Amino acid sequence: MEHIRMPKVEHVRLVDRSSSRRTQVGTLYLTATHTIFVGKGSEDRNDLWVLHSLVCNVVKHKASQSGYPLLIICKNFQVIRFIIPQESDCHDVYISLSRLSRPEKYEELYCFSFNPNVDKAEREHSWDFLDLKAEYSRMGLPNKLWHVNPINREYRVCDTYPADLFVPKSVTLPVIVGSSKFRSRGRFPTLSYYCKENHATICRSSQPLSGFSARCLEDEQMLQAIMKSNPGSRFMYVVDTRPKLNAMANRAAGKGYENEDNYCNIKFQFIGIENIHVMRNSQQKLIEVSALHSPSMGEFLTGLENSDWLRHIKSIMEAGLFISKAVAEEGVSVLVHCSDGWDRTAQVCSVASVLLDPYYRTLKGLMVLIEKDWVSFGHMFSHRCGHLIGEAKEVSPVIDQFLECVWQLMEQFPCAFEYNEKFLISIHIHIYSCHYGNFICNSQKERKDLILCIIKEKAHSVWLHLWEKKLDFMNPLFKPDQSQNQGLLRPSTAPYCFKYWRRLYNRFDRELHPRQSELDCLMTVKEETQKLEEELALYEQKMAVLDKERAKTLYMQKGVLDSKQALWSLPLDTSLANTPQDYIGGAPNLCLFGDQTKSSDADNSDQESGVADFSSHSSGEESLPSEDSVKDPDSDETGPNRA
Amino acid sequence: MEFAELIKTPRVDGVVLRRPFMPTVEGTLCLTGHHLILSSRQDNTEELWLLHANIDSTEKRFVGSLGTIIVKCKDLRVIQLDIPGMEECLNIASSIEALSTLDSVSLMYPFFYRPLFEVIEDGWQSFVPEESFKDLESMTDEWRLSEVNKDFSVCPSYPSLLTVPRDIDDESLCKAASFRHGGRFPVLSYYHKKNGMVIMRAAQPLTGTNGRRCKEDEKLINATLCAGKRGYIIDTRTIAVAQQAKARGGGFEQEANYPQWRRIHKAIERSNVLQDSLIKLVEACNDQSHSMDRWLSKLEASNWQSNVKEILTTACLAAQCIDREGASVLVHGTEGTDSTLQVTSLAQIILDPACRTIRGFEVLIEREWLQAGHPFQQRCAQSAYSNGKLRSEAPVFLLFLDCVWQILRQFPCSFQFNENLLIMLFEHAYASQFGTFLGNCVAERGKLQLSQKTVSLWSWVNRPQELERFLNPLYEPNNLVIWPSVAPQSLLLWEGVFLRWNRSTKCLDEAYQEMVHIIEYNKELQNKVNSLRRQLAQLETEDKMVADLK
Repeated sequence: MEHIRMPKVEHVRLVDRSSSRRTQVGTLYLTATHTIFVGKGSEDRNDLWVLHSLVCNVVKHKASQSGYPLLIICKNFQVIRFIIPQESDCHDVYISLSRLSRPEKYEELYCFSFNPNVDKAEREHSWDFLDLKAEYSRMGLPNKLWHVNPINREYRVCDTYPADLFVPKSVTLPVIVGSSKFRSRGRFPTLSYYCKENHATICRSSQPLSGFSARCLEDEQMLQAIMKSNPGSRFMYVVDTRPKLNAMANRAAGKGYENEDNYCNIKFQFIGIENIHVMRNSQQKLIEVSALHSPSMGEFLTGLENSDWLRHIKSIMEAGLFISKAVAEEGVSVLVHCSDGWDRTAQVCSVASVLLDPYYRTLKGLMVLIEKDWVSFGHMFSHRCGHLIGEAKEVSPVIDQFLECVWQLMEQFPCAFEYNEKFLISIHIHIYSCHYGNFICNSQKERKDLILCIIKEKAHSVWLHLWEKKLDFMNPLFKPDQSQNQGLLRPSTAPYCFKYWRRLYNRFDRELHPRQSELDCLMTVKEETQKLEEELALYEQKMAVLDKERAKTLYMQKGVLDSKQALWSLPLDTSLANTPQDYIGGAPNLCLFGDQTKSSDADNSDQESGVADFSSHSSGEESLPSEDSVKDPDSDETGPNRA
Repeated sequence: MEFAELIKTPRVDGVVLRRPFMPTVEGTLCLTGHHLILSSRQDNTEELWLLHANIDSTEKRFVGSLGTIIVKCKDLRVIQLDIPGMEECLNIASSIEALSTLDSVSLMYPFFYRPLFEVIEDGWQSFVPEESFKDLESMTDEWRLSEVNKDFSVCPSYPSLLTVPRDIDDESLCKAASFRHGGRFPVLSYYHKKNGMVIMRAAQPLTGTNGRRCKEDEKLINATLCAGKRGYIIDTRTIAVAQQAKARGGGFEQEANYPQWRRIHKAIERSNVLQDSLIKLVEACNDQSHSMDRWLSKLEASNWQSNVKEILTTACLAAQCIDREGASVLVHGTEGTDSTLQVTSLAQIILDPACRTIRGFEVLIEREWLQAGHPFQQRCAQSAYSNGKLRSEAPVFLLFLDCVWQILRQFPCSFQFNENLLIMLFEHAYASQFGTFLGNCVAERGKLQLSQKTVSLWSWVNRPQELERFLNPLYEPNNLVIWPSVAPQSLLLWEGVFLRWNRSTKCLDEAYQEMVHIIEYNKELQNKVNSLRRQLAQLETEDKMVADLK
């Protein structure tokens, strides 16, 4: 609380960028965990709640006639514009928020004060929801060729790896130790995915410390053992996901890549995915494009091109496709690495897994995959997502790119995924919001060592929470038995197959999205179908009873759907037809004669435009789960800090 | 018969057909007067029947004695035919070339086509102006149907019957016509039932450099305004282009002479620019380089999406004037046969729920495009692969369909029809067995005797068997005005047309089938539940009666 200089400011205006008519006046509150805006007057108010940990940046703008603008830029790409009447208030809010949104210690993160109404047992249970051991045994491990090696139980060999690691049974401890000494940060080759059908594997590591000529017998033996653990193949691929130039440059620093001459039977391959700094800049440019105020088509497309974002997504997808094809079609094992083996390697391994295994296209499967390839293998979430104040250069949207690859695949294979885009967006929010404890810290060891007690004692796990909300995340078109879900997904990587993810980057610009959502409509229909099935069963049962006991009087229960005969025709957002936009270009209003200003304001209340009102957050199409920044009045979990 | 002279080699064996995403087919190639046919003589493979009229351009290549003809079609498909024998290949190529560029309309396939289905409802009789006027009459008595253009002498591109303000006599119409480009004086396009506002359309006024005026023209459009009301004139050209038009005798309405009207200029491109845009877009879509930068910069440079945005924005503006500002609108560009029609027809889709039904959409195309004199024959003579010198080709209608598709994407439950209908219209506008899109105006169609000599597209589309394919399973009638977003983020590339032949649609088709299945299953259950419920209720009353009797 000591950081809050100004807990409450009145007469603050919340500005809607797309329409000045939707500006609201209200009161701004700062709590230890949230910024809260309570609009004045409107009956069905939906207050705005912004979690401090979701705030990416706070910016003061030059004073305008109406006051002092303050921008809150969030990590979920929401930009909130307040105008505060007094300069001193604005400054106090700015100073307070700047501090509140940059926690210095893990203990300050929201997940440690977030306190939903569940008891201790339930909280602990939430941490047991996912079990990686079960995941490996689903893959068919351990088996006669692969086993868990206890060598890293104490994180002594590699402190960024998980405790339990699968390596070929034939590999001895000295080989592991030797290999780990020859790899950046000790990240020796270990198993990520095992393909039951043909024994091919995806393994991952960091770069070898080969410099210009160094070699390591144990490392060579390690690769040989991995190759031999796939009895069907005579060679293996080593994929370096970096651009060749970067990898060569690393040699000067005593790092580098495998020399094909030293390792028997490897085929070495570069796949040019750029590094975290390039990706960070690229996303920054993309965000700028997405936030342009009524851009022309040319500005938008040029901006999209100049950001290079889709080019990067394409290269990640191509890498994933290369690996999955090697495994599924050639039956060849692949070792993947980049520099440290926790960014590009994680992306590429998990994209390949989604392509290979239909399980990862189910809700639980995607959770497991993120838990395995990202959380357990030491993707540095706290650094990459900027959870704490720290090195800005460590921040990078690596996981965003993985989620986007999945989204791009969903666009190409609409029936292949059990989940929908809302699921991806929810995961994205949770990764950044620190609402739950899953993505805190940078490695398993850190999580266990430093704050094991607090995480498991105080924080909750997001996976169970998401699982409980799974009805919102279901893809109504999912057909596990359909051809597109059999075996390997083979996406096209032609440039026109990669699209701008509007729902992620412009999620809060509600006027940009389709007014009616096919997804919501189909979900409603499916829900109703289920009720009908139940009702039908009930009636059939009754008919049977009636047939037996014709003579008896029958108590007729009212049909489930009696009151909702028209459910099918109801909630299709038909009233969501928004207000006309600025079609004239430049002029804020069409009212050219100047005598009709009143009428257009009055229009705001009619049926078509009512939706556009800021306060109607929960209406229809944008009913994403509310744990991000906008509070759902029904949910107790986003409430203010009760501590 | 002249066709025989053009066909130098009627058939060649051992021809190999290659198409992207489809297995190659080897078979016999036959040329007839109107079709290129490739048949493998195996029972289970599909035959290729390609209308010569659908061929936009061809290229020949030779490797040894094996010749290859690349056939590029107006529906944007590209196929490759490998023909053994250089002479055969040359003959086939020159025959295709000649047959696909026949000058005489009366040699076109629709004049030879005999339908294999029974014509239940003759499409030529489906849409008569008198009918729509009856609807109008039931709402207002401000308008009359004028026969002033009975012999097409007042305006050759207008139909014979026109809806004009009741108080304006035919003589004034003639004078107004002489003041408008091509005689296209202002006529009624749309009447907005909710508030009585109207959209009118016309061609540019012939003010010229010395600012000619025409009292009758002023009177004509003022007659559509209620007392004290003002209206908007939407000129689809920029002010600069409109200024330049003065030098060629055209121009725009001067404020001084039309004080009750406020003029707004928009920037819809002229038709030759649009054709260039289409060519560039399709080239970008067919680019094989696989480079993201190249794709995005080519897409941007084609300007296609910008054109879509501009047209849609202008239509929204017109709709906004009508519905939100309560003001009538007059729309024109230069000739009033292209951008004008895009704007007036799209505005109606936004405003009028009837236009979002299949029948209503057909009416709209018939009224706002065919009868309104959009020169289909000229505009659709060539498509994106046209390489010769262009005359007046332009994808004006295709852009309109693209805009409709954009609205459909944004309101997927508000249209009775689906994307297939739009794609089908695109195909038939460029090459068809039906006579509907032949000719450039009503007068020309009359001279060609299309209604007697050819079959109407609508006769075929409106058969229940065909209609099914065009129905949108998500349709739920929506009586509201629908305001689309015109932000670049909201406008998508129409993949169904532009990437149609460049990708496999299997997964998307499966998804569509699944969607249809979900909805059909729901309806089936609903019916079952309802009938069971009725049965139960009946049994219950019977039981009650039995009990009462006791």
